[in-house]
Amino acid sequence: MDMVLGRYKNLIVLAAILFAQIIALAVQVKRPGQEGETRLVRVWAIAALTPFEKAVVHTQKWAHDKWDGYIYLRGVRNENRQLRAEIARMKLEQARFNEDANMARRIQTLLAFKEQYVENTIAAQVIGTSGSEQSRVLYIDKGSGDGIKPDMAVITPTGVVGKIVQVFPGSAQVLPINDQLSGVGVALKTTRLQGILKGAANGTTTLQYIMSDEPVKPGEEVITSGGDRIFPKGLPVGTVASVDPGKDLFLNIRVIPSARLDRLEEVLVVTKIQDKLPDTKDLGPIRASDILSERLPGVPAAQDATPAANPTGRTSGAASPAQPNAAAGAPMAKPGTTTTPHATTPTATGSAKPATTAGSVALKPNTTTPTEPSNRGAADATKPNPEPGAGTETTAPKPVPKPPAETAPDTTPQQPAAPPSAGETPPQ
Amino acid sequence: MTTRATPFRGSYTSRDQVAVYEFSWLAVILIPLVAIFIQAFLPTRVRWLPIIDLPMMVVIFFAVARRNPISGSLTGAVIGLLQDTLAGPAHPIGMYGITDTVIGYLASSLGVKIDVENPGSRFLITYGFFVIHQAVYFGVAHGLLRQSLQWSWSHVAISALANAVVGVFVFKLLDRFKQS
Repeated sequence: MDMVLGRYKNLIVLAAILFAQIIALAVQVKRPGQEGETRLVRVWAIAALTPFEKAVVHTQKWAHDKWDGYIYLRGVRNENRQLRAEIARMKLEQARFNEDANMARRIQTLLAFKEQYVENTIAAQVIGTSGSEQSRVLYIDKGSGDGIKPDMAVITPTGVVGKIVQVFPGSAQVLPINDQLSGVGVALKTTRLQGILKGAANGTTTLQYIMSDEPVKPGEEVITSGGDRIFPKGLPVGTVASVDPGKDLFLNIRVIPSARLDRLEEVLVVTKIQDKLPDTKDLGPIRASDILSERLPGVPAAQDATPAANPTGRTSGAASPAQPNAAAGAPMAKPGTTTTPHATTPTATGSAKPATTAGSVALKPNTTTPTEPSNRGAADATKPNPEPGAGTETTAPKPVPKPPAETAPDTTPQQPAAPPSAGETPPQ
Repeated sequence: MTTRATPFRGSYTSRDQVAVYEFSWLAVILIPLVAIFIQAFLPTRVRWLPIIDLPMMVVIFFAVARRNPISGSLTGAVIGLLQDTLAGPAHPIGMYGITDTVIGYLASSLGVKIDVENPGSRFLITYGFFVIHQAVYFGVAHGLLRQSLQWSWSHVAISALANAVVGVFVFKLLDRFKQS
């Protein structure tokens, strides 16, 4: 016996070590649906390692900041000039987008469509990885002490990174979207097709469960769908790189993540998401006629417009009988909002676009002159209604018909603006 | 710790005829920890680094230097388990432990039989052990845990080549800690 033990001592020790570890593996294997728990040894190891990683990262960041902020300033003046020009250009662009956003918010309110808003985020530094190809988890320098919890979304300004899977006192583990365990509810931006973005062992990401007869093209943007209840809807995820026929009638769509998952330094952890209706308080009250006009955008122009209702002789898109002054198909056209008076006031400048046009994106509230009576916003809703029998939400003062010569040109020549007619306040 | 180095006499037929190196306790503790720290930290800055497996190189180095299968198995188990603790939820503790235990045992057994001091043989054994390392890991993940990993020969071959090249320099660096 002793001779056998002595002869096969090495193999016996090897078998014992392997057996112990296989038993340990078996203990950790979880049944489907079983909640995982963090092993104490893992907590200890991470607690021992993260201080060093934090020290190195913060030292590196400090040196980098000092270099960038105080020493290496070559070209900053030129860059500053370029940035100013860029800001000026973006301001113009922003004004246009604001109008689009306002219109979208009104429609969402009408449809009682709740949006998810990112309320709070915490910035965190990436301080480490698992160090292996098989597991792509990251470690950040914020943990439970900073309010981080499992299943919080981790993002960057360029796109989605992943979600928190394990939280430790001073650090947290992030499962990136290219890990084989990851799954994100996504949608294609243009076609709105929904699927699941899955990671693979080799670090690639594929969009799954899109039927093979769907038109998906390379270059299409992929955004979060919000269906997983982790990532807010509409965040950029990536771009379709290739589309191949897959198995089981589904396409095999490879997606390149927008966020540089292999070179992450700083990330944002979304600590609070709130479901709420879009804020349309500043956009003016909504009336029943608005609902009609916004839900029936396709009524042909000039169908109901009468010469009496249109002293300028222009057509304004189809005005609903219930809303003589608001052009159908013009979601922005609200008698109670800035649109009508701005378009009709004689003091409005030529740049003040008549807001009664369909889809007028050039409507700018700030085109009114100081002498113009403002009827915009919640404060105006408290004004006495000039029209007897008008609804309480109607805030528009009786509009002054605009002389034809002073009517600003429409942004859409096919649908010139019509001045509001009398009877500004349709029934609610 | 005592140092026991037997000079090479030209033939590796007996364990008494090969050099068996030992290391200070400080080196035994710090070298694996530094390797794991670098392995965990540097991939945040160097994108291709995860294909390099520094802890595995340390296991091979200690195993072939000591030429003791029990010591090699234990060293591999400890370093592998440490590496496991940093991995994600798909990675139960023990996967790298088992893999590195096997590598430690095989490397120390091989170290008794062949010359592992020159760069050529180091290149070859690192290449070979990396392939074995990947195969054992794949077997554990696929066979024991039913994980859906994809085996790619080309990826393994390229990674093994990169590890073998880096391994030659890492072994040269670690030679400084040998006590002879």
